[in-house]
Amino acid sequence: MTIDLKTTSIDPVRKTFDHIAEKLGPDKAATRYQEAVWGLQPIVNQHYRPTWDPTKTLYDPSRTAVVMEDFDDLIDPRQYYYGTWTIQRGKQQDSQEKNFKFVESRGLMDGMEAAWKDKIRRLIVPLRHVAWAANTNNSYIAAYGFGAPITSAASLQTMDQLGIAQYITRIGLILADNDPTALDDAKALWLDDDMWQPMRALVEEAMVTKDWFELHVLQNLLIDGALHPLMFDKFDAAVTQHGGAAYSMMNEFTIEWFAEASRWADAVIKRCAQESPANKTHIEGWIAKWMPRIQGALKPLSDAAFDGEGSVALDEVVDRLMTRAGKAGLDV
Amino acid sequence: MAKAKRLGLKERYSLMTRGLDWETTYQPMDEVFPYDKYEGIKIIDWDKWEDPFRLTMESYWKYQSEKERKLYAILDAFQQNNGQLNISDARYMNAVKLWLQGITPLEYAAHRGFAHAGRAFRGAGARVACQMQSIDELRHAQTQLHAFSHYNKFFNGMHGFAHLRDRAWYLSIPKSFFEDAMSAGPFEFVTSISFAFEYVLTNLLFMPFVSGAAYNGDMATTTFGFSAQSDESRHMTLGLEVVKFMLEQHEDNVPIVQAWLDKWFWRGYRLLGLVGTMMDYMLPKKVMSWKEAWEIYWEENGIALFHDLSRYGIRLPKYHEVATKEKTRVTHELWATLYQYGNALGLHTWVPEDEELDWMSEKYGDLFDTMYRPRLLFLREQEQAGNRYFNNRLPMVCQVCQIPVFYTEPDDPQKQCVRIVEWADTKHHCCSDGCADIFNREPEKFVQSLIPPQQIYRGDAGGARDIFEYAEWLHLKKDIDTGEYNGSPDHQNWEAWQSQQPTPQANSDEAA
Repeated sequence: MTIDLKTTSIDPVRKTFDHIAEKLGPDKAATRYQEAVWGLQPIVNQHYRPTWDPTKTLYDPSRTAVVMEDFDDLIDPRQYYYGTWTIQRGKQQDSQEKNFKFVESRGLMDGMEAAWKDKIRRLIVPLRHVAWAANTNNSYIAAYGFGAPITSAASLQTMDQLGIAQYITRIGLILADNDPTALDDAKALWLDDDMWQPMRALVEEAMVTKDWFELHVLQNLLIDGALHPLMFDKFDAAVTQHGGAAYSMMNEFTIEWFAEASRWADAVIKRCAQESPANKTHIEGWIAKWMPRIQGALKPLSDAAFDGEGSVALDEVVDRLMTRAGKAGLDV
Repeated sequence: MAKAKRLGLKERYSLMTRGLDWETTYQPMDEVFPYDKYEGIKIIDWDKWEDPFRLTMESYWKYQSEKERKLYAILDAFQQNNGQLNISDARYMNAVKLWLQGITPLEYAAHRGFAHAGRAFRGAGARVACQMQSIDELRHAQTQLHAFSHYNKFFNGMHGFAHLRDRAWYLSIPKSFFEDAMSAGPFEFVTSISFAFEYVLTNLLFMPFVSGAAYNGDMATTTFGFSAQSDESRHMTLGLEVVKFMLEQHEDNVPIVQAWLDKWFWRGYRLLGLVGTMMDYMLPKKVMSWKEAWEIYWEENGIALFHDLSRYGIRLPKYHEVATKEKTRVTHELWATLYQYGNALGLHTWVPEDEELDWMSEKYGDLFDTMYRPRLLFLREQEQAGNRYFNNRLPMVCQVCQIPVFYTEPDDPQKQCVRIVEWADTKHHCCSDGCADIFNREPEKFVQSLIPPQQIYRGDAGGARDIFEYAEWLHLKKDIDTGEYNGSPDHQNWEAWQSQQPTPQANSDEAA
């Protein structure tokens, strides 16, 4: 037997907005993701040239070398619009907060070997500045990218990277019993220590890179794609082996985030490369241009993190990254 | 582990954010931040920036995800229960259409504009505040689309908003407003949007729509309006902070900021004419009149705010007294314009019912009874006699605010107000001294304005030769999306639904 509920039934006149129906084909219901991003950015009839760059229009496809017939095709496989994103991050921050509280209240970092604590101070805490650079670079993509799917996802990525910078900051503070000089010390390393200078030079160069798609490849595929596996996966595992399981708990968000954000970065690059051989060539060219710089920037960190094994660890990570690029349809 | 020092909220926030940035040395700072000096604003010390939000990402995610969960639960329930049937009257839908066509696109534009500012400022605190506002604005664009999506399934005029947004003459008013702000430098952008629009004029934009929705049974709009309210409070705080920051940093900033306030007060006021007209004419259940709203939110609150700023050397914006003089006229003049150009409008227009005319008499007094009521009654008579009036010629449009040049002289409600400005041997028309001043200050910018009637004459509107071909090019279906409300499919469907007939009249050519 079923329960028979009587409700008013009214047939809709249409299923979705015209521009969505045009992309989906007639009589298909749109998802909230599609309605949230497609067609949102104006393309025609822009009134004034930006006074900050009169050579371009406000929304200008020529701010990148890659060409898409429809930039709305650069969709996010996570289907993140603001609502789904913030609800997911809300859950993750809840879990992360519990981890921090647990580690702090039980004093779980106290038992870690001093040498390893010191490694975290020297190798992880300065990464808050790298995350800040990633925030800056993604806000560039949000500002000057073309089409709402990319600007929407890039601005969520902007805030994710700020979140990561702040989570690393908390780790630094917990290690130092909330003494803020720990952050000053890490910043001093970032600014002056030889080990960090290739990395700082790299991210500063990224911050003046004008082509937003190149910047997406550089920041979201290459820099993150090498840095995170090295410093938040391999190094995390090494710390865990030296009494640092609690440390790993504090990286829960960052580790989960990387796996998820990679899906977005890869899908956008894959779709763009599929569009034309010219796009594919541009992307492969950017990878060839930046990879040696990234390896050079990570080498001193890898050497310091994995005594004597630095080169091996870095090579493994680079191999993994190139496998990813291969799966995105690139010949690298 | 009790030995760890406890951090205060303020100290914790400042550590979490501010220490993150650094003075670049491998690349010059002016290359990393190329856009924050050319406007002439002098910043001596970015560390004096007081972060208005003081939200770490963890708190941001916590608060925002709670709000978002509630909002989408209500939107789901609204859709499941045919919430569209609970609105006061289908005429109300035109307020929603105006919002979707005119305001939702501005939310996306704001997302981009704040992303630009959030990249451009070299101060980390200012950058983070703008980035947060950028995703808030994205939120507003997307939640509005999700709320309105359901209405689009049952009412006309909304289906082609994205196409209409970039082409329709009346949507050039909001579009040019925002593109003007976005094409300015980052300091002017935040002054225009965060301060002039969201702080000074916010109650004249946000309140009429959201309260209008609440009065008229629109649960979807009311819910996201209330959900966005705490975001808006943050944005207002940013607006005030950025203006005070500029004024406190250097005295040379004062005249620059004053010129921006003059410009954006007038620009904002002109845009709000559309909102005021919506309040007075499109809401079947009225919240308050435009005149009353102007008196409370500008003449009392707005002026008091400017008096607070006088200690920095800031005076009231130019032509505020003209705006006050116009408060009894502007909505009636603009409704008459929308009514007569109804053939190229993705909204329906109509002559208000008698009780509404009485309400207007009460709110607007003699001028309404002598000038506007007789005209509305005449239009009603003509409509009932089968001669619904449409003006099928193309209007002259203001080069700055893009409103047809139909407003009247500040001191003479019977005389059309036209100002002619000249630049590079070409004459342009403006609707007011306010707009003429804006043109004359930045003529190179405003000669770029795309003026829809001129585009039509040039053949840049799909080759349309008259207003009907133009409407087709806008993807507006005659008498379905456009024209008179009485007898429209929206009207007929509404009557059918009200009498509980479960099947709406299908729009025969509405397959897609």
